[in-house]
Parts: sequence; C-alpha cells; structure tokens
Amino acid sequence: MFKLRVGITTLLTLLASFSVFADIGVDEKINLAIKPFADAVAGFVFSSFPVAGVDIPFVLVWLIVAAIVFTFYFNFINIRAFKHGFELVRGDYHDPEAAGEVTHFQALATALSGTVGLGNIAGVAVAVSLGGPGATFWMILAGFLGMSSKFTECTLGVKYRNELPDGTVSGGPMYYLTKGLAEKGIGFARLGKVLAVLFAIFCVGGSFGGGNMFQANQSFAQLVNVTGGDTSWLADKGWLFGLVVAALVGMVIIGGIKGIARVTSKIVPFMAVTYVIAGLAIILMNVSQVPSAFLAIFNGAFTAEGIGGGVIGVLFQGFKRAAFSNEAGVGSAAIAHAAVQTNRPVTEGFVALYEPFIDTVVVCTITALVIIITGTWDPSVDPGAGVQLTSSAFESAFSWFPIVLTVAVLLFAFSTMISWSYYGLKAWTFLFGENKITDATYKLLFLFFVVVGSSMQLGAVIDFSDAMIFAMAFPNLLGCYFLLPVVKKELDEYWADYKSGNLRKTRIS
Amino acid sequence: MSSVLMVGVDCSECGERAIEYAIEQARDSNARMFIAHIIEWSQFSFSTVEENATRHKRREEELQRAYEDVINPIVERIKSEGIEVTGIVRHGHVADTINALAQENGVTNIILGRQGDSKLKAHVFGSVGSRLVQVADCAVTVVP
Repeated sequence: MFKLRVGITTLLTLLASFSVFADIGVDEKINLAIKPFADAVAGFVFSSFPVAGVDIPFVLVWLIVAAIVFTFYFNFINIRAFKHGFELVRGDYHDPEAAGEVTHFQALATALSGTVGLGNIAGVAVAVSLGGPGATFWMILAGFLGMSSKFTECTLGVKYRNELPDGTVSGGPMYYLTKGLAEKGIGFARLGKVLAVLFAIFCVGGSFGGGNMFQANQSFAQLVNVTGGDTSWLADKGWLFGLVVAALVGMVIIGGIKGIARVTSKIVPFMAVTYVIAGLAIILMNVSQVPSAFLAIFNGAFTAEGIGGGVIGVLFQGFKRAAFSNEAGVGSAAIAHAAVQTNRPVTEGFVALYEPFIDTVVVCTITALVIIITGTWDPSVDPGAGVQLTSSAFESAFSWFPIVLTVAVLLFAFSTMISWSYYGLKAWTFLFGENKITDATYKLLFLFFVVVGSSMQLGAVIDFSDAMIFAMAFPNLLGCYFLLPVVKKELDEYWADYKSGNLRKTRIS
Repeated sequence: MSSVLMVGVDCSECGERAIEYAIEQARDSNARMFIAHIIEWSQFSFSTVEENATRHKRREEELQRAYEDVINPIVERIKSEGIEVTGIVRHGHVADTINALAQENGVTNIILGRQGDSKLKAHVFGSVGSRLVQVADCAVTVVP
C-alpha cells in the first residue's frame, strides 16, 4: 500500500510539472512527464537474464513454466476437457432451476470481451513485425499452454469467491490467495495476504496500463490513421480524444449510465465475428498462399532469419504477445469468470479453456495469417505501428475495411476499459476498503489515465502496460502453485462423476 | 387420470378470460392448477462484468417482484374458489419454458390467453401461443 501512495504522489507531482514545458504541445508534455516513470517500472518488471546472447525477462519464463507445469500436472487438461468444456458452454448441463443466473456461456462471453481486442489486432502486428512470421508459431503454442493456466485460476476464482450479504458475487486472485492459502496454515495465511496485496497493487496498475492507456493509445492511433495520418487534424490532439473517451467511460463508471456499457457488450461480439469473417475471407481469397504462409511460420519459428535475438528473440515476441492478449496466468480473467452460477467450481475452469483458445489460437492466428499472406509484414516497418499494420493488411484486400476496423477497435477498446475498470476497482477496494471516497478516487484516476494514454507514444505505453499486467502474474501464479492440490481434488471428483454419468444432462433451448 | 391445468400469464390483469376459463374447467373436472409466469431470458445473452456480478441479486428481485405483482394475487383468487393451485415463476424462453414446466408437473392442458399481437409483431417476435401449439406435449387451449 505504501508503494501505491508513493505512486499517487508521483503522479500528482508529474501533473503539476506539466506546466514546466510551456512551449511544446500538450501530448508531448504528457509523454515527457510520464515516460521516465513508465521506463522505470518496465525496467524493474522485465529484469532479464541472458540466454544464448538474448536477454530473457524472468516474468516470461515464469508464465511459460507455470503453463507447462499446469498442463502436465493436470494431464493435458487443455485437450482432455476440450469437448466437455464445449458441452458446458452449450448448456448441456444447465440446471433449469437456476435459469436466470449467470450461465457458463455468459461468463465466458463476458471474460472474452475483456480480452479479445487490441491485443489480437495491434499486439499480433507488433509480434510479427518484431519477431517475423515465426512468432506466430510460439504465439499459438503459448495459447495452448495458457489454457491450462486459465483453467487453474478460473477454477480457484469460483471456488474461493465471496458471496456478499447484498447478493453480489466477487471473486478473483485477491480472494483465492487469501482464503485458499489460509486453509494451509498460519504461515501460508500470512503469505497469502502478502500475495493478495501485491496482486491487487499490480492489478490496479494493469487496469491503468494495458486495460486503459494501451487501449486509448491504440484506438487513437487508428483514428488518426483513417482520418489522414500525420496530416489529420487529430494528429496532435491525443489529449482531446482522451478527454472525449474519458467522458464516455466516466458516464458509465461514475454516472452509472449502464445503457452505454450494455449496448457495447452486445455489439462487441458481432464486431469480433465480423473481424474473424473478414480475416477468413482474405485467407480464402489467397488460399494458394496459405501453405507457404504456414511454412514461413514454421521455418521462422526455428530459423529466425534476420531477426534480432535469433530463435530466442522470436520465441520471446510470440510468447509475450500471446500472454498480453489472452492474459493467461495474469489472474484478471478469474475476476470475470467468478460470477458464474455453479456448485462445481471446476466446470468454469473447463469453460475458461476456451478463452485462450478463441483469443489466441483462433483470432490471433487469423490476424497473423492475414498480415503474412498480404505481405504487409515488413521487418523494416516501424515496430510502433501496431494497429496500423493490421489495418493496412486488411485494407489491401478490402479498401473500406480500415473504417470497420476503426469502429471495431474503438468498441473493443471501450469494452476492455469498462472490464478493466471493474477489475481495477475490485483490487483497489480490496486494498483500501469499500466506500464512496475510495471508489471515486479510483474512478477519477482511471479517467486521468485515459487522457495520459491517448497522449503518449506507443513504445512507452506498451512498456508500461506490459510491465504492470505481467507483474500480476508473480503473486497470482505463485499462489496457484500452492493451490494446485485443491484444484486437482475438485477436478478428480468431478471427472469421476462425469465419466460415470452421474451428472444430470439437461439440454434446454 | 385426473387433469392438471397450467395457465401461462403475462401480468395480473391480462389473461383474465384465460383464468376464468381455467377455473371453470378445473371446477368441472376437479383438476389441479398451475399458474406460470415466465421472465424472458436467454442463457446465450451478452452482459458486462458488473451485470454478472449483480445477476444473482437481480434475479432474486425479479422473482420476488413476479410473485408479488403477478402470481400471488391470481393464486389467492383461485384458492378462494376452493381449487388446489400452485404458482411458478421461472426465467427462460416463454413458450419452451412453459412446455418444460408442463412436462415436469404432468400437466394435461396448457391454457393461454390470446395476445392479440399484430401480424407484423407476431411475425418478427413469434407468438407464444403458436409456438406452444407446435412444441407442446399436451393439449394447448388458446382463449380469445
């Protein structure tokens, strides 16, 4: 908590220092003021050690090792429960008595709308430009392994959720780290509290970074792009765009105008489907190039010609963007999945398998294929181009697509912001207690970062966003390791019932 | 086999004639009755994180309101006629859920009031009555 207070003080000081640079644009001022802070945070979280001449950040190894360990510990649950997960999403085991509660489908759809978005569009473009086509291979692999991490954290999220006296449900790593570890004894209880507080601090940071600044930044970049690039009237008005978005987000999270969020939550899935269909159409139009694209992906993954850092560098890019896109191991999804109605927590774990699958294995791969096939990928392209790269890849097939993509990007960004404002708020109130003042403080800070994110350059935003989101994985996964036996017990009991046909199957329409 | 009637109601005032008709039938055949009210809901809808977190609470409120405003007044009235009656509220697709409830409770005749929807509205949204006639496993009576 001390750290956070320091952070807020720093921010306020930074705000005050804006006036120092009176002769340059507002955007530039904000960028100059925040960048050193963002760089410092990123430098700390991405402390790395050299492997074969490439600096590998420890946090990435941490994420991958956990995903591999969970995959083996649960005996390839990502493959084994794939079919059953689908049956659950389809409602095969839906209890008619519980009609009206949050279903597996709804929990998954909600969690997905928080993760599918810019990571799939901008993130993949960054991975392919920096790591070459081969990065896609590692991204897909990371998606597959990440399914096991999601399974673990979402099962725990449901198992240790809080059902508050007023009937609302609240779950996530803060709760399973405290309640779950407390079951293991006094020492663990203390550790659990420390981990939960650390998680909550990073989660608040992540909600300002990847869940906010990155979204604002990239949607602004795309808007400038379609309105004429550098010559656009908007080009140096990031702060103005930020203010407008902040006003809209503020209407939802402070003004309580739920209609906006509700409408967004219904449009976003259709935008996602539109994006996927457009991507598939481009792939089909160039179907003769698909084999060579896959060849490039496969070869690039192991040869890494001309890529800085060789194979390790490519692997790093793929894993990094996959983790940023599907957030497996980060713990955020456990908050979204926790509201589901079920008395078998592990069922939501099975359903959560589909999150990295849809997000990374399906949507990210489509983006990557489109970029590779259309030849938009160019190693010399500015790595900061992010969403623009994807936009021009789609534009080469459908000239009007950048407009659709802009609308999609704006909506994805908006819905991700709304989701993350909720995650961040839950973490914030976990730290400071639930009352009107703490609530309002968080929400105002959140809006402030919308403006900051729109005004900064992509590089600095990506570094800070990555850093905060990945930092959440440290306490979250450490706790998950200790709680693995709990998940295993739930899984084994349920799986025995499932295999022996003891579960009531009720297909309703 | 004694007959079991189920009346689907939208609100406490509408479906008045359907209820009158059902009461008459129940008296004649000494039947038991169910009054069902369905809150339109789909398990495949999209919602926000916050909506999900408060969903359980809102469901309880919806159920309570439905019992107080719709079901209980009707149930009281039928009870005062000396007929055995149970009120049910459930979330779901209206026609399919009424059919499922009818099956669960061994209902022999589903009774509905005609909604009198315009042709266009019935075409776009479908009509509960015509859908039930297609899917129901027992007799369906639509009272004009």
